[in-house]
Amino acid sequence: MKMTTPLSKNRSIHFSPGSIIMGKWHQKQYQIIKPLGYGARGTVFLANSEKGRVALKFGFDNSGVTSEVNVLNKFSKVQGEPLGPSLYDVDDWVTKKGTYSFYAMEYINGIPLMDCIKVRGFEWAIVFLLQLLKDLGRLHEAGWVFGDLKPDNLVVTGPPLKIRWLDVGGTTMLGRSIKEYTEFFDRGYWGFGTRKAEPSYDLFSATMIIVNAADGYQLKKGQHPEKQLTQHILQHKKLAPYSEVLIKALYGKYATAEDMRKALLPKLNETHTKERRNTNVKPIRRKNKKKEWKGPMILASVILLAYVLYVTLFIM
Amino acid sequence: MKKGRLKQVLLITDGCSNQGEDPSAVAALAKEQGIAVNVIGVVNEDQTADGGIQEVEDIALAGGGISQIVQTKQLSQTVQMVTRQAMTQTIQGVINQELQQILGDQDSMDDLPPEKRGQVMEVVDELGETVNLEVCILVDTSASMEKKLPTVHEALLDLSISLNSRMGSNQFCLYTFPGKRKPIDKLLSWTPKIDSISNVFSKLASGGITPTGPALKEALKSFDKRPRRDFVEDDDAFIEES
Ligand SMILES: Nc1ncnc2c1ncn2[C@@H]1O[C@H](COP(=O)(O)OP(=O)(O)OP(=O)(O)O)[C@@H](O)[C@H]1O
Repeated sequence: MKMTTPLSKNRSIHFSPGSIIMGKWHQKQYQIIKPLGYGARGTVFLANSEKGRVALKFGFDNSGVTSEVNVLNKFSKVQGEPLGPSLYDVDDWVTKKGTYSFYAMEYINGIPLMDCIKVRGFEWAIVFLLQLLKDLGRLHEAGWVFGDLKPDNLVVTGPPLKIRWLDVGGTTMLGRSIKEYTEFFDRGYWGFGTRKAEPSYDLFSATMIIVNAADGYQLKKGQHPEKQLTQHILQHKKLAPYSEVLIKALYGKYATAEDMRKALLPKLNETHTKERRNTNVKPIRRKNKKKEWKGPMILASVILLAYVLYVTLFIM
Repeated sequence: MKKGRLKQVLLITDGCSNQGEDPSAVAALAKEQGIAVNVIGVVNEDQTADGGIQEVEDIALAGGGISQIVQTKQLSQTVQMVTRQAMTQTIQGVINQELQQILGDQDSMDDLPPEKRGQVMEVVDELGETVNLEVCILVDTSASMEKKLPTVHEALLDLSISLNSRMGSNQFCLYTFPGKRKPIDKLLSWTPKIDSISNVFSKLASGGITPTGPALKEALKSFDKRPRRDFVEDDDAFIEES
């Protein structure tokens, strides 16, 4: 065991495209396609394997890889749609430079959550929150708390659009202390409670993701964070319709993700009716859109006419 | 396996010591006594690598601990991360010794197949969560640190939140150096929570010398001053079942 590995000496891991990786224990082969991302604890590559494309994660240290693999193994035991990427293989790659621990997992080809919300609009943020709450509920029931829930660890796949988890390194057993967190999404940082792994910890982070999505930036913590956050939510045009639920979630008032989901659903329907009314206020845009549609409409009618003629001529 | 508690020194400094014995030698001494020395080097946003950073790494290396260079604004998260990683490292070290006895020539966790490694890691996690922890915090308050002290204060409160979310018990004590007359001044004797230090930092007079070695040496003595009654728990086995 390396007893002293100063964290500051973050070795970066580079493999060039085409490199062949061969596992020491299971003898499986992988060919590197390209790097997917560089994290604080390792580097992830896209690679080809006998099973097709996979994501390979090489960790800076052995214990990090082992912890993540443990979590992914636990995830795979939860029934239903997979929580997080599926795990395929765990192994060591022995090179002249040293031994790298790695694991192969499902390649999740998605777009970053925030990019997706920016393009599609904030109403999708609430949809993703509902999806997230459903998955969190299943995770909590299995005895785990996600911990480091933040936009960086979430991508959207589809269509149909579905939010998925990437980095599971912060997942912690219920009742223990949160292994890993990011300040903005951390309940302790904002003074709203402990870092004990309980469902309400994840619900706090989920709420902060929505706050982050509504703002498009990360609010700076002020002198009175508690008041600051609640006021911010109450006064924010996008957040106000959900303020009751969001603020309750910040204070840990929901015992389960399902409780929060149930409370959120009726709010969603309320705001939708409002928005439908609003669309009438923008007749100009609609007209423009109609104009754009005229061209293709004419074209479509012509094709249809031709088709009818064709059918009548040949079949009759 | 019988082990009382994990003992750590957390040294927060911004650079070169300039008085007294070599801090690395003192750190090596600490390691021999089963105390890990972790060092956080706080640098300014514009500061680049220099001798101070080397010293930070050397002390941790000699002290069997972890070091991290960090900019002032990221301090909170780093403090908790270093403390946690150092715990894991120490526990892994202990478990590796056990493994050596069991496995003989297969000498460490790295030599186990990945499946077995996972099981060992679960034990490490479990211990990290439940073991009792003693952290002696030693803060450099020499002149160049003055502006960073409010952030240090915040980071320590934050550490208290993190560690007190664990299942195991915690004890903290807090010293600053250079002291008024001695190498170090005591701000807080052993206590389970750090909340009580509000504003102490602001009253500190900062001086020009940085006697890191002597300060570290004094800080090590704090582990002997633990209240007697607490040692009753020490008879608990480190690993009950594994
Ligand atoms: N299964 C996957 N499919 C596709 N891309 C992935 C997958 N896993 C990770 N990535 C990409 O690699 C990046 C780094 O991975 P990851 O977040 O796991 O690393 P990390 O070391 O845990 O980083 P950090 O803790 O700093 O977030 C991710 O941000 C993501 O872009």
